Amino acid sequence: MKYVLLFVETEQFERDFEAMSEADRERAFGLVYQWMDDNADKIRGGNKLQSADTATTVRLDAGSEPVVTDGPFVEGKEVVSGYTEVEVDDLDQVLKMVSTWPGCPIVEIRPLLEMSAGQG
Amino acid sequence: MGGQGPAEHRADAGRELEQLVREHAGRLAAGLVRITGDFGTAEDLVQDAILAALQRWPIEGVPARPDAWLFTVARNRGLDVLRRQHNYRSKLAQLRLPVESASDDRLRLVFTCCHPALSRSAQIALTLRVVCGLTTAQIARAFLVPETTVAQRITRAKRKITDAGIPYRMPDPDELAARLREVLAVIYLLLNEGYLSTAERAQSRDLVDDADWLAAQLHGLMPAEPEVAGLLALIRLHRARADARFDPDGNLVLLEQQDRSNWDHEAIAEASRLLQQAARRHRPGPYQLQAAIVACHAEAADWASTDWEQIVLLYDMLLHLAPSPLVRLHRAIARRFTAGPAAALGEVDALADALDRYHLYHATRADLLRILGRAAAARAADRRALQLTANPAEQALLRRRILWGDETRGAGRRVNSVERVARADTRRRPAGSSPSSG
Repeated sequence: MKYVLLFVETEQFERDFEAMSEADRERAFGLVYQWMDDNADKIRGGNKLQSADTATTVRLDAGSEPVVTDGPFVEGKEVVSGYTEVEVDDLDQVLKMVSTWPGCPIVEIRPLLEMSAGQG
Repeated sequence: MGGQGPAEHRADAGRELEQLVREHAGRLAAGLVRITGDFGTAEDLVQDAILAALQRWPIEGVPARPDAWLFTVARNRGLDVLRRQHNYRSKLAQLRLPVESASDDRLRLVFTCCHPALSRSAQIALTLRVVCGLTTAQIARAFLVPETTVAQRITRAKRKITDAGIPYRMPDPDELAARLREVLAVIYLLLNEGYLSTAERAQSRDLVDDADWLAAQLHGLMPAEPEVAGLLALIRLHRARADARFDPDGNLVLLEQQDRSNWDHEAIAEASRLLQQAARRHRPGPYQLQAAIVACHAEAADWASTDWEQIVLLYDMLLHLAPSPLVRLHRAIARRFTAGPAAALGEVDALADALDRYHLYHATRADLLRILGRAAAARAADRRALQLTANPAEQALLRRRILWGDETRGAGRRVNSVERVARADTRRRPAGSSPSSG
């Protein structure tokens, strides 16, 4: 089964990260790269996102014209900061994998709706 | 037993039927899930067979082989509804009796129903339906919620199992402790829910019986897990004293006033032995400790010989393993007998912030204030408690106290009811949160 891991950062996490020394930050990145390497056989892609203040949101249900606004569609203290697509047998495997994630404090696991060829 | 009316006969027959269904339904479900590989479908088939059994057995009589009967109904129904799904259909068609359900299968079933990716209420509903063979209607009646709510909960949970890829497997050794905690929490909540129920729910399913059955099954399947044994002992210790908890009019009888000759002393001794065996594994846990505390009460020959020092010590250990304001409250109640009411009141008062919305916090304060001669403050605390509880037996008791002052004098007399309701309320009333009504 395929899942997307949505990595979620909190304000506290952001503050802590900014307060780190350059060396500590390097080390933190090192841990994340190591995790990616360790799970390389399951990872099918993904990316880190630019910060939420670079987001643009378009609403198509607001009237006849699309409404374009600055910022993410949910303004909140917790923002999605990256995603990774993984392919594993079942949810327990993802849970095991995520339990060792060394980065941001929240990870949402979403199964992908897999459409067979010809659909969608 | 002599002198049974027809209503009791019917109730007994109904209970026997439920036990029979429970004995076979879970095994059948476990086997079907393994063979078809489809949790949702297998569960539907078994549920259909259960509904048919509950309808027909009371009229046609219980078949000689209930398992074969359920199996045949489930299989035929499956062949019928799965007409278009050749894959399952051919698997089902190959099914023969006996459906093998190795102990592993039954464990897998429990662990899947109690998977941490499911909400607690979904875990409970699924476990009751799939493992214990309750119908949706029976679950709804037991929890006093609409049947549609339970049905939606189960549908949603089954969809999540399929769509999110929740596997049907045994947890790995490194996952087992956390996963077992989920299962034990579900059984514990069934115990609480059953324990809460009073005469008004006498007609509904006895969930304590299901909790007992589940814990016993689990203990049989995982005999080396001391917390499973601890929970089973806890359940058995409560049941052994159940008859003495209510008077013939359905009023709550507090521990101090209970007629201990009405306790099942053989069952108490057996549960204590179970607990001692578990303790030999030297892996203490919250359920073993709670059972040990209840055992202290159950083994005391009378109220006066209760070993409060030992009880306080056990609460200290419990606090060490699972610190919570509720455990602190119980410890303070016991401290009344080792350190005196003034010291106990000080400890209770320190919990004001965490437990202000919790009725037993106020009821306990009322007890202690009354002993200390502060009648007006005690009455005010009881009134506050009355505002916060929805349990009729509790309300009746508090009203009596507000009217008559020291009619039920003494914090100690409250220990049993305090424990009883506090345990029942940990689920819906995490410390500091507002009480639910209902």
